[in-house]
Amino acid sequence: MNRLEVLKTYKIFIGGKFPRTESGRFYKALNANNEPVANICLSSRKDVRNAVQTARKAQGAWQERTAFNRGQILYRIAEILEGRSAQFVEELMLQSFTKKEATVEVESAIDRIVYYAGWCDKFNQVSSTVNPVSSSHFNFSTNESIGLVGVLMPATSSLLDLISYVMPIIAGGNSCVLVASEKLPLTAITFAEVLNTSDVPGGVVNILTGSVEELWSPLSAHMDVNALFIDKASRFRKDIQLAAVDNLKRVREMSADLKTENGQGLAFITAFQELKTTWHPIEKIGGASSSY
Amino acid sequence: MSTKNNNWEYAASIEGTGHIQLKEKYGLYINGAWVEPQSKAYFSSINPHNEEHLADVAQANDKDIDRAVKAAEKAHREVWSKTTPAERGKYIFRIARLMQEQAKELAVIESLDSGKPIREARDIDIPLACNHFFYYAGWADKLDYAFPNQKKESIGVAGQIIPWNFPLLMAAWKIAPALATGNTVVLKPAETTSLTALKLAEIIDAAGLPPGVVNIVTGFGDTGAAIVAHPMVSKVAFTGSTAVGKLIQKTIAGTDKKATLELGGKSANIIFDDAPLDQAVEGIINGIFFNQGHVCCAGSRLFVQENIADKVIRKLKHRMQSLQIGNPLDKNTDIGAINSADQLEIINKYIEIGRKEGSEFFQVDCALPNKGYYCPPTLFINVAQSSVLAQEEIFGPVLTIQTFRTVDEVIQKANNSPYGLAAGVWTDKGSKIFNLTSKLKAGVVWANTYNKFDPASPFGGYKESGFGREGGLHGLGAYLK
Repeated sequence: MNRLEVLKTYKIFIGGKFPRTESGRFYKALNANNEPVANICLSSRKDVRNAVQTARKAQGAWQERTAFNRGQILYRIAEILEGRSAQFVEELMLQSFTKKEATVEVESAIDRIVYYAGWCDKFNQVSSTVNPVSSSHFNFSTNESIGLVGVLMPATSSLLDLISYVMPIIAGGNSCVLVASEKLPLTAITFAEVLNTSDVPGGVVNILTGSVEELWSPLSAHMDVNALFIDKASRFRKDIQLAAVDNLKRVREMSADLKTENGQGLAFITAFQELKTTWHPIEKIGGASSSY
Repeated sequence: MSTKNNNWEYAASIEGTGHIQLKEKYGLYINGAWVEPQSKAYFSSINPHNEEHLADVAQANDKDIDRAVKAAEKAHREVWSKTTPAERGKYIFRIARLMQEQAKELAVIESLDSGKPIREARDIDIPLACNHFFYYAGWADKLDYAFPNQKKESIGVAGQIIPWNFPLLMAAWKIAPALATGNTVVLKPAETTSLTALKLAEIIDAAGLPPGVVNIVTGFGDTGAAIVAHPMVSKVAFTGSTAVGKLIQKTIAGTDKKATLELGGKSANIIFDDAPLDQAVEGIINGIFFNQGHVCCAGSRLFVQENIADKVIRKLKHRMQSLQIGNPLDKNTDIGAINSADQLEIINKYIEIGRKEGSEFFQVDCALPNKGYYCPPTLFINVAQSSVLAQEEIFGPVLTIQTFRTVDEVIQKANNSPYGLAAGVWTDKGSKIFNLTSKLKAGVVWANTYNKFDPASPFGGYKESGFGREGGLHGLGAYLK
């Protein structure tokens, strides 16, 4: 007798929990043959606001984790994803990837997470400076998390894309609210399950599914969002930039080929950092010099 | 305590103006030549100390800007991008040296045109401006060390718009890194303070820079808007108000123009009870009254720990009595003229709002010059967090004072602002300093000091104080892609 398969309900991911959209709406994700593969939450602007609220609460504590600890947690994400790679390959194939494409996608994603895990406690060393000012001060510039980042994924992006957008953001101590690929949302939600079992604190990454056309505006105009990460080719690019002006959100645009090494690098981390320069006086007393 | 300014009468010590060379009329410096504006229009640059006319300055229109930007684009494409980095650096070194030779003249003109005390122009503005060129000159052939593995290149034509509070220094902050990274420049000084930028054009010309690499155009807001909107300008660098910064962002939305904005501030200066109080009082004075308070990073919100508030305010009032206010060219002057009649009106409007709101008001009782634009140093004490005075940038010698009890409280209050440019912390305890400096949302934090600047030190804000950094290694990034 055939066993009846238990199908998965895809929900959104806010504050380390998997609620349904508050709106109760859904849409059907289709494969390449236009056949429905799952019902997906059609998130609302209220979901955006809820996610921003929880991402804000989580951000400070995440930033204050030691950089080494963030590195360990990111590495843990890679470990868990590796362990579940078969599931991701299968899910990508459900969305019309070939087995080979899906395998490459998952493997590249895992390797990219490991890459960013290693950066957590190093990026500030290579991008900070001690500045030799001409007065008696110790002066240095270091990076600090920019805060809360809104992410709008391109419609046809998939797992590797999501990793390429999210990892540099959280490696640098930021939290994010991400609107997943509209056409290929399955792996985004399954990836949320990976995050949730990787010691990533709830609220650091929040993932919504739905229509970018509907969600770009509440996310780009939200006054408690510090920066946005969008696809340079997005058809809403100009609207997003205009909506971001009110609180001068930093709008960062992705145009790199994510399948290559150009899709990762230090610059993606520092794009979501603020530079802080600190001055501190150096006391000069007496005549002792530093020579022997 | 008496509020009369009785005991601080100094004999006047007026800096001479005989050695400065100002033309009666300045055209636009475009493509290595002085040209008449196509608008045929000129406006007067006046001395805010006595409202006397200093020189006529050209008012550039769209056609002039088009001409300047095209010259800069051609210079970038044909000359500057093909000049070796080491040679580029040598031109910039040369500019720095010529500026140093003319430093005194530049300082006097700066003081005349802007109203700032000659002491500040001479000891701060002009040396920092020269040093900025000298610092960035050396970077020109070392960019690969600044950004390893990133294959950076110049952007093209940088359109640069600068404010009136540090006219020559802001021109240096803009031009030096742009040239070092291989870009060409169209720069517009503020309409009330064009003269030192025009003197800089003469220096750049004398340095033999290829025509079109630096173009200096003068005019009002519409001239700046024409620069921002010009399709061949691929990088916009602006220092000024947050409102105009946002307008620029809207103008360039949807284009590939890169921007850096250095905008307003409402910076917190925080005094703990374990601070060296006399030094802290000097820091408060320097924080808010430096350059008549026309400083984007001015420490305009003072937070004093409650148990020392009375003492600090008493010392502060006493120190304010000894500030010399008057002729900017007097070497004794601490506080010069407000830059323009318009700005004086804005400041007075805020003072009026503050007095209506009813917080305690204190103003130095001193004689002000009969002519010109002057505002005595002003305090508002026990100001509510919700007060307009504690929230909006005044850009004048007006300080608001609030008190706090705990570290957490003051961090929250200090960060409760849409701005995030700078902050000051005064305490004798190092661990407390670093607790605060790491939690204050500000791009520059001064511990036991305030309003210090250096070419090697990156400057710029968080939040609505703008983005991008100027100065230091990080200042190069804004001009590379």
